[in-house]
Amino acid sequence: MRIKVDTEKCEGHNRCFVVAAELFELDDSGYAHEVGDGKVPAGLEEKARLAVTNCPEQAISIDEDK
Amino acid sequence: MTTEPAKTHTEPVKDWTTDYDIFDPGYIRDPFPTWDDLREKCPVAHTERWGGSWMPTTYEDLRKIAADIEIFSSRNPLVANVGEPTEEVMADLENQFSVGAPPISSDPPVHTWSRALLLPKFSIKEVARYEEETRELCRSLIDRFIDKGRADAAVDYAQQIPSRVIASMLGIPQERAGEFTEWVRGFLEYGLTNVDLRSGAAMQIFSFLNEQVQERKANPGDDLISYLLQAKAEGAPDPIPEPHVLGTCFLLLVAGIDTTWSSIGSAMWHLAQNPDDCKRLIDEPELITPAVEELLRAYSPVTMAREVTRDAQYNGCQMKENDKILMNFPAANRDPKKFENPDQVILDREVNPHIAFGVGIHRCAGSNLARMEMRVAIEEWLKRIPEFRLEDPEAVTWAGGQVRGPRKCAVVF
Ligand code: HEM
Ligand code: SF4
Repeated sequence: MRIKVDTEKCEGHNRCFVVAAELFELDDSGYAHEVGDGKVPAGLEEKARLAVTNCPEQAISIDEDK
Repeated sequence: MTTEPAKTHTEPVKDWTTDYDIFDPGYIRDPFPTWDDLREKCPVAHTERWGGSWMPTTYEDLRKIAADIEIFSSRNPLVANVGEPTEEVMADLENQFSVGAPPISSDPPVHTWSRALLLPKFSIKEVARYEEETRELCRSLIDRFIDKGRADAAVDYAQQIPSRVIASMLGIPQERAGEFTEWVRGFLEYGLTNVDLRSGAAMQIFSFLNEQVQERKANPGDDLISYLLQAKAEGAPDPIPEPHVLGTCFLLLVAGIDTTWSSIGSAMWHLAQNPDDCKRLIDEPELITPAVEELLRAYSPVTMAREVTRDAQYNGCQMKENDKILMNFPAANRDPKKFENPDQVILDREVNPHIAFGVGIHRCAGSNLARMEMRVAIEEWLKRIPEFRLEDPEAVTWAGGQVRGPRKCAVVF
């Protein structure tokens, strides 16, 4: 599974970071970025999905098969 | 220029789809059934009251309108339009301070850099610096009433917190918190429907902040005003013009106090009536994070406004240039199409993309601060007062309009 933040859409609500700090990092202004290449380590899939559904900007996409 | 007095009639509403009244006392106390009704019958309602406006109530419409910044401008985010200040007052405000409250009252490009200036000071990390003093503040407030077995959770607690935290960030003496809380209420609450009160309050806030800015220019410190006076951001003038700094400080006071006080107050009002939720928060302390989001969703305090920049059709409504749109984020957060059982407060709700802090480019810059204050306020209260209830549910009073929350909320314990 792989996740990606669309930085054009992200407005820095920081909800993704709060539900899944392992998967996202924030810059100094609070805009989010996926950690590394966005690959979701085994066991964190549910957290990744929660980050997606809690983002008010619908800025995070998920690819289940990568 | 004197404008026509706006239509401010207060006859009872017969049809909420064409004649809603956001200041109707029954609506302020319990707006939820009205929103449900409007979402079904007329998702973008209209009224001529209070200067006229449109009011969307679905999650989808709120997101779409917030995204379309070309047509829906933030040049005047106040929800009522009861006329402009007199020419004299306007000239005074402009000559002395140059009015405005960027970034909230601006569109790009000014919005982009004025927001960029603020964000680094409101990140999760920066805000954490104020957590310990917020805790101490909460404890000292509780000390004042714990032995009495009774307190007004809105007045003696919720109201006291955000004003002092923002004072501390701005480097303003905390002793003056009571004074500027009243000015902010004058602007956002009593003054919303009374232009003289509103401009009087604005004048007081600007004069006070202007003294502080002059002070900081002479003696810079480790505070937000000093930071803004020398801050840099891409696209921003260097240095930031003083009137801009003043306008931003004005916004921080106005946007940070009534709002957070209301959300803490609503949380206390909810907990006072739901002992099971108190118990869960005590037994499972990690629940506080989703619980804060859920309380924000269910009791979202803030409605902002937009102004239509040119005649446009939106969702079957013919909107005209300068029409006002009320950004009813609170109603969107109760939309059953988006949230399961929206009227139930579910502390550990898993899927909760609420927009209590807005959505799009104006997303609340203070959201991390507000969340920290709510979390700390609830935690410290429950540590000392795990069981409490409303003294008299009928005696609770609410303010509404721009910001909804309890203004009197006596509890016993
Ligand atoms: C629970 C408390 C709060 C709520 C519900 C809230 C809500 C909102 C909302 C809905 C907006 C969006 C306005 C729009 O779309 O026009 C906003 C903007 C803003 N808020 Fe808050 N707010 C809260 C607390 C705070 C605090 C504590 C501060 C800072 C001290 C703050 C500072 C701001 C600023 C600077 C903006 C303008 C952002 C921009 O236009 O880019 N707010 N707030
Ligand atoms: S929740 Fe969405 S908008 Fe917020 S920081 Fe994460 S990606 Fe950005």
